[in-house]
Amino acid sequence: MTGVAVRLEGLRRTFGTVHALDDLDLAIEPGELVALLGPSGCGKTTALRILAGLEEATAGRVLVDGRDVTRLPANKRGMGMVFQAYSLFPHLTAAQNVEFGPRLRRGSLARAAEMLDLVGLSGFAKRYPHQLSGGQQQRVALARALAIEPRVLLLDEPLSALDAKVRVQLRDEIRRIQTEVGTTTLFVTHDQEEALAVADRVGVMRAGRLEQLATPSEVYLRPATAFVADFVGLSNRLPGSVNGDVVEVLGARLPLVTPHAGGAATALVRPEAVDVVPDPGATATVLTSSFLGSTSRVTVSVGDQLVVAQVPSGRLPDLSAGTRVRVTIQPVAVALE
Amino acid sequence: MARVIFRWTVLTVMGVFFLLPLVAMVEFSTRDPETWPLLLDWPRLAGEYPALAEGILASLAQAALTSVLMLVLLVPTAIWVRLRLPRLRRVVEFLCLLPLTIPAIVLVVGLAPVYAWVNYLIGGSSLTLVFAYTILVLPYAYRAIDTGLSAIDVRTLAEAARGLGAGWTTVIWRVVLPNIRSAVLSAAFLTVALVLGEFTIASLLHRTNLQVAIEFLGKSSATVSVAVSLTALLLAFTLLLVLSLAGSSSKERRS
Amino acid sequence: MAGRSRPRAGALLGTVPFFAFVTIFLVVPTLTVVIGAFTGDGGRGVTLENVRALADEYILAAFGRSITLSAASAIIGAVLGALLAYALVTAKPDGPLRRVVTAAAGVLAQFGGVTLAFAFLATIGLSGFVTLWLQEHGLDPYANGVWLFELPGLTLVYTYFQIPLMVIVFLPALDGIRPQWREATASLGGNTWHYWTRVAGPLLAPAFLGSALLLFANAFSAYATAAALVSQGSPIVPLQIRGALTSEVVLGQANLGKAMALGMVVVVAVVMTLYSLLQRRTAKWLG
Repeated sequence: MTGVAVRLEGLRRTFGTVHALDDLDLAIEPGELVALLGPSGCGKTTALRILAGLEEATAGRVLVDGRDVTRLPANKRGMGMVFQAYSLFPHLTAAQNVEFGPRLRRGSLARAAEMLDLVGLSGFAKRYPHQLSGGQQQRVALARALAIEPRVLLLDEPLSALDAKVRVQLRDEIRRIQTEVGTTTLFVTHDQEEALAVADRVGVMRAGRLEQLATPSEVYLRPATAFVADFVGLSNRLPGSVNGDVVEVLGARLPLVTPHAGGAATALVRPEAVDVVPDPGATATVLTSSFLGSTSRVTVSVGDQLVVAQVPSGRLPDLSAGTRVRVTIQPVAVALE
Repeated sequence: MARVIFRWTVLTVMGVFFLLPLVAMVEFSTRDPETWPLLLDWPRLAGEYPALAEGILASLAQAALTSVLMLVLLVPTAIWVRLRLPRLRRVVEFLCLLPLTIPAIVLVVGLAPVYAWVNYLIGGSSLTLVFAYTILVLPYAYRAIDTGLSAIDVRTLAEAARGLGAGWTTVIWRVVLPNIRSAVLSAAFLTVALVLGEFTIASLLHRTNLQVAIEFLGKSSATVSVAVSLTALLLAFTLLLVLSLAGSSSKERRS
Repeated sequence: MAGRSRPRAGALLGTVPFFAFVTIFLVVPTLTVVIGAFTGDGGRGVTLENVRALADEYILAAFGRSITLSAASAIIGAVLGALLAYALVTAKPDGPLRRVVTAAAGVLAQFGGVTLAFAFLATIGLSGFVTLWLQEHGLDPYANGVWLFELPGLTLVYTYFQIPLMVIVFLPALDGIRPQWREATASLGGNTWHYWTRVAGPLLAPAFLGSALLLFANAFSAYATAAALVSQGSPIVPLQIRGALTSEVVLGQANLGKAMALGMVVVVAVVMTLYSLLQRRTAKWLG
C-alpha cells in the first residue's frame, strides 16, 4: 500500500480575535511521517483536526491526493485518527473496537484481526479497554485507525498520557508500523524528543505559523529561527558581535543560519557545540556538573556569563566544581535571537 | 444551532411545568387578601388556628432536636470507627443506608410497637418523633459526614495530635471536628429540610407536626393551608439551595 | 500497631450508643415487619396466612396499581429527565445555567408530600389556577370526570419529583460520555445515527435503565403525596397499609399490614439490587 500526498494551503482558523492558524501551508509527501511540534496553543492540533474534518477552517484548502476535501465531512474522509487517550469505546472489546470501522463500511474483518496482530495484541482481543494498560489501549486505538485502510493516519499527541518508558517503546513501534503500512502520517506532539525520533520531517509551529519544516537533524543542527533553536533542544544564549556572515562569541567565529545586519546580538549555541578542557591558566570556572548517563552537563562561569557544555561522562572526574577550564565553541551555524 | 434551540425548548417547557404549581400557590394563597397578613401576625394566627401554631412549633423543635441527636450519635461514631474500628465501617455504613430501602410507610408499621413502649415510658409528646426522624435522616446525614471524613486524612491528623499529647476527646473535638465543619453543617441542613417536610410517620403515629397540621387545615381552610405550605416550601428550598450552591462552590475551590 | 489491628474492648464501647439506638429504632422495627408478616394475629405461632392473604384480589390489585403508577411515573420521569439532563450537558459545564438547574433539581427531587399535593390542588384542583383559566377559555380538564385524585393525577404529581431526581442521577453518566467517542466514530466513517445506535446508546443504556429503576423505587415507596391527595379509597399499597394501621373496625388487619409492608420491602429490594448492578456497569464504562 502506498500513501497519498496531503497539502494544506493557506489554512486560517480564528476564534474571535485569536488566530489559531495563520495562513498555514504544509505539504506531506506520500508515505511520509511529518511531526508537527510546538508549544501548546501553537495551532498544531487545530491543523490536525481540520485535516481530519473535525473542525472547519475559516479560510484555506485541504487537498488529499490532489482532491479538495475542505468541505467533506469527517466520516467521508477516510482518516485514521488516534487521540490523546480514552478514545476506545468502553463497551466494546479490543477486537470489536478494531472491527468498528470495517463493520460500518462493510469492509473485511480479516484486516481488523491483522492490525490487532500488527500492534502485538492479538492475545488481548477479548479484553475490554478498562482491562488494558494505557499503552495497550493506545495500540488498540492505532490498530482501529489502521483497520479502515485510512488514506492518512492522524496521531494527536498519542503518547502524552503514558509513562516515560512506555512512551519511548510505543514511539518506536509507531514508527515501525507506519513504515510497514506506508500510510502518509501526521503526528502532533509538544515533545521535541518524540518528534525528532519518529518523523521523516519535523514542522516546528508557533502562533499558528510554520517556523521551519525540515528533517530532524536539520531542525536540530540548523534551526531556521531563534524560536526553533530555543524550542528544540537546549541552547546557551551568548552575547556576540555580528560581522558579515559570522558572529563572534567568546572568541569563536561562528557562521550564521540567516544573515544579520551586524552589531551586537545574542547567539543561541547548543551545549554539544561547547567544549571545556581543564586549564589552570584559564579564567572560566566550573560551577556545577550533572551526570546524565553517557554524557554530562557542565555549567561554567565565564566572567558574569553562564555557559552550559555537554561532555562525555568519562571526563567528569576532571571537571569538579571550582576547576579552571578553557571554553571552546565548534564552528557550527547558529541562529541569533 | 439546533442544539441551542433544543436546549432552550426543553428548558422553557420544563421551566413552565416546574414553576406553574409555585405560581399557582401564590395566586391561590392571595385570593383572600387577609391570608398573608394573618400569617405574619403570630398571636392572631395562634389564636385562630391553634393546631397550626402547635404544628409549626412542634416541627421547629423536632428539626432542632433531630439535628442534635443525629450529630451526637453519628459524628463521634463515624470518626471513631474510622480511627479505631475500620472493620466495623461496613456494618455502620450498611445500617446507615438501610433506611433508603425501607419505605417510610413500612418503617411506621415496624415502629408502631416500639412507639407503644415509648408512649408508656416517656409519653406521647410530638417530640418523641425525633427518634424516628433520626433514623429517617441517617442515610443523608451519613453520606454528608462520610464525604467530609474521606476528604481529610483522619488517621494522620489523629496520629499527629496524639503524638503531641492529645487525648481521644481532644482529637475528636478539637482536631477532626473543625476539619469537617462544612460536612456537619450540610448534614444538619439536610436534616432540617427533611424533618420540616415529614408527614408519613407523624400522621400515622398520631402525633402533630407542620405537615400534619397543614393537611388537617386543608380540609377546612384551603387558602391558609396553601399559604403555609408555600412558606414551608420556600424555607426548605432556601436551605437546600444554599446547601447545594455552597457545595458546588467549595468543590470548585478545591479543584 | 498491634493495638490498632485488634481493638481493645474499650474501643468498642465508643460505638455502643449508636448501635443501641439503631437497634431499637431501625433493626427492631425491621424485624417486627418481617416476623409479624409470618405471625398469626394471636401473636403466637408461625403462619403463612398473612403472606397468602397478599394473594387476595384487592391486595393484588393494589400492588398492580402501585406498580403501574410507579412504572408510569418512572418512565415519564426518566425520559423527560434524560432530555433535560442532555440539554444541560450541551451547555457550558461550569456555566450559571447548569449550576442553577442542578441545584434546583436537588431541591425539587426532595419535594413531595403534603405541600406538593397542595401545590397541585392550587394548580389543577377543582378551583385551581390552571383549571379556572382553562374553563374560562372553554376547556374543562375534568369534563370526563375528576382524574386528579386517581392514578393519572398521581402520575402527574409524581412526575414533579421524578424528573429532577432523574436529572441528578443521570447527569453523571452523561458527563462520562467523552467527545473523543463521537469524533472517533466520525473518523471511522460513522454518522450521527451510527454514533447514537452503536456508541452513545449502548453506553448510556445501563445508566438510563438503572436510573429508571431508582425512580420506580422512589415512586413505589412514596406515601405522603398520595395520602394528602387521595382521601377516598385506597388505590395503592401504601394507602392500603394506612388502612390496615388505622382501621380499628376490621380486626386481624395488623399483621396483614405487616405482610403488605414486607411485600413492599421485597419489591424495593429487588429493584434496588438491579439498580446497583447496573450502576456498577455504568461506573466501569463512564466512571
